Amino acid sequence: MSRLIVASIGPASSVQDGGRHGAQRYGLTVSGAMDRLALAAANTLVGNDPFAAAVEIGPFGATFTARDGAVRIAIAGAPRNADIGGRPMAMDNSVTLKDGETLTLGFARGGAFTYLAIEGAIKGEPVFGSLAVNARAGLGSPYPRPLQAGDEFIVDAASGAPELRIELPKPVSGPIRVVLGPQDDEFDDANKALFLGSEWKISATSDRMGYRLEGPAIKHLHGHNIVSDGTVNGSIQVPGNGAPIALMMDRGTSGGYPKIATVITADVGRLAQISAGTGFRFKAVTMAEAQDEARKFQQLIGTLPDRLRSSDTVELNIEALSDANVAGYAVSAMDAGTWQVTAEP
Amino acid sequence: MAATLPPPRLLPSGDSAVTVEFSRTIDDAANERVLALDKALAASPIDGITETVPTYRSLLVHYDPGKIGFDALGEKLLALASQPLPPPAKARRWRIPVAYGGEHGIDLEDVAKTLNTTPDDVVARHVAGDYRVAMIGFTPGWSYLSGLDKSLHMSRRQNPRLLTPAGTISIGGVQAGIQCLAAPSGWHLLGRTPVRTYQLHRNPTFLTEPGDRVTFFAIDHKTFEEQDRAAEAGEIIAERVDA
Repeated sequence: MSRLIVASIGPASSVQDGGRHGAQRYGLTVSGAMDRLALAAANTLVGNDPFAAAVEIGPFGATFTARDGAVRIAIAGAPRNADIGGRPMAMDNSVTLKDGETLTLGFARGGAFTYLAIEGAIKGEPVFGSLAVNARAGLGSPYPRPLQAGDEFIVDAASGAPELRIELPKPVSGPIRVVLGPQDDEFDDANKALFLGSEWKISATSDRMGYRLEGPAIKHLHGHNIVSDGTVNGSIQVPGNGAPIALMMDRGTSGGYPKIATVITADVGRLAQISAGTGFRFKAVTMAEAQDEARKFQQLIGTLPDRLRSSDTVELNIEALSDANVAGYAVSAMDAGTWQVTAEP
Repeated sequence: MAATLPPPRLLPSGDSAVTVEFSRTIDDAANERVLALDKALAASPIDGITETVPTYRSLLVHYDPGKIGFDALGEKLLALASQPLPPPAKARRWRIPVAYGGEHGIDLEDVAKTLNTTPDDVVARHVAGDYRVAMIGFTPGWSYLSGLDKSLHMSRRQNPRLLTPAGTISIGGVQAGIQCLAAPSGWHLLGRTPVRTYQLHRNPTFLTEPGDRVTFFAIDHKTFEEQDRAAEAGEIIAERVDA
């Protein structure tokens, strides 16, 4: 066994997997990775199940050190500068940290969450089949809270498998797609049009439970109290002050505000990766389109292993590194066609 | 007759869940239909459904759109929901001890003032109630109860508290509640129970289920301390009285 030590880490970083399913009826939140595609990509790079437990790293930097042997890791998600003892590491690649080596990750650039997967996955005591951390409920393993400097993971010794990169499809750009409902009839046409026609920004007070949206106030037809009912990942509820909240992975399982729309499954991770202050829009799609996209998204995750390539085929120069970062998850969620490269030269 | 109730509405909750709504208000008859549909789905599962979440007035059905589409699932759900209700199952009954007032129920005095009565009278009205667990949600084990005495209905606090203690027994609007973990809340705190409706390494992990019946009885604060220690060690403090 080797150890991977969390040498330093910012807030909003925790162990996450595919989430905790089957106990929402008892009020247990689902939790799990904010960006499931990025989690799956990182895990696939080191031969894990796509939704195995990995480290979800929030917008700030982090450093990890291998001890008692080598550790094979991979990173995917929000692009960052990454290096091992001054040697650059590209996003969407695996690498073996030798005993004593330190991986240094900078701040997220054009995104919020980066996933660090470890060969053999993080080990812990699952609750309802999941290690995913919900800090509010004190759930998750091996640490049921945000990670801190000094935490460590007991992990498999690196297998010595060849290092890989993963070729992900070009990120989807354009508005975040929603299906109206379940309570869109609590809003008149003008307010639905206002919701769909406005530019929104994610407030800095957002977290894994919900993203508060800044924009025009959305007015209700009959007041803001409904009898509490069930919520899903991506539910957009509108409380009394008219400022919508997109419910994310640590959402309560029920809520008492009308929900004007629901982000489609394929776009929940895209929304999660929009950084605070970045403008974006919503677009309503039909149920048929949303379900088609959900199936394509599932299919993409299922076929990630086919997208693995030997990492030797890319020369690690600055240009390639920048390309690899751009092929990550920098999000453009304005109207289609306004895609901008945010990576630094 | 239950069979003559209007059919439920299907409300899309994104591409992977659908809300089957029986009523827009809190209504025990609607809640019975919610629980009946939930039981019917457990008895004859529909391929593709991953999880169901019963609430006061609707059943949220999570499903895998890779296995079943919205239209096909909706049709099956409406067919199941329109079947006559089975005869009611015998509800489980719990008696739950509560230390009212003081540090354990910091809003009791204010609630009494609002109602122009005494704290003892508020407690008397609260313990006289025969409650039904209508749903569990928000945080693990939080049991939402119907059956609150009309004279205790009152608006939630203007300013919700960011943190209220584990075990809080509270009222809000027309609802009563048993809260298991520390959580934000805008409800009025009447007391605390040593009962854990959710305890991770205990068997059973979850004590209450929708459809259960609950009554409360008062204990003094010293008994609370003793029972709280026993509960922490895994003892089930609530008394089950239906058997």
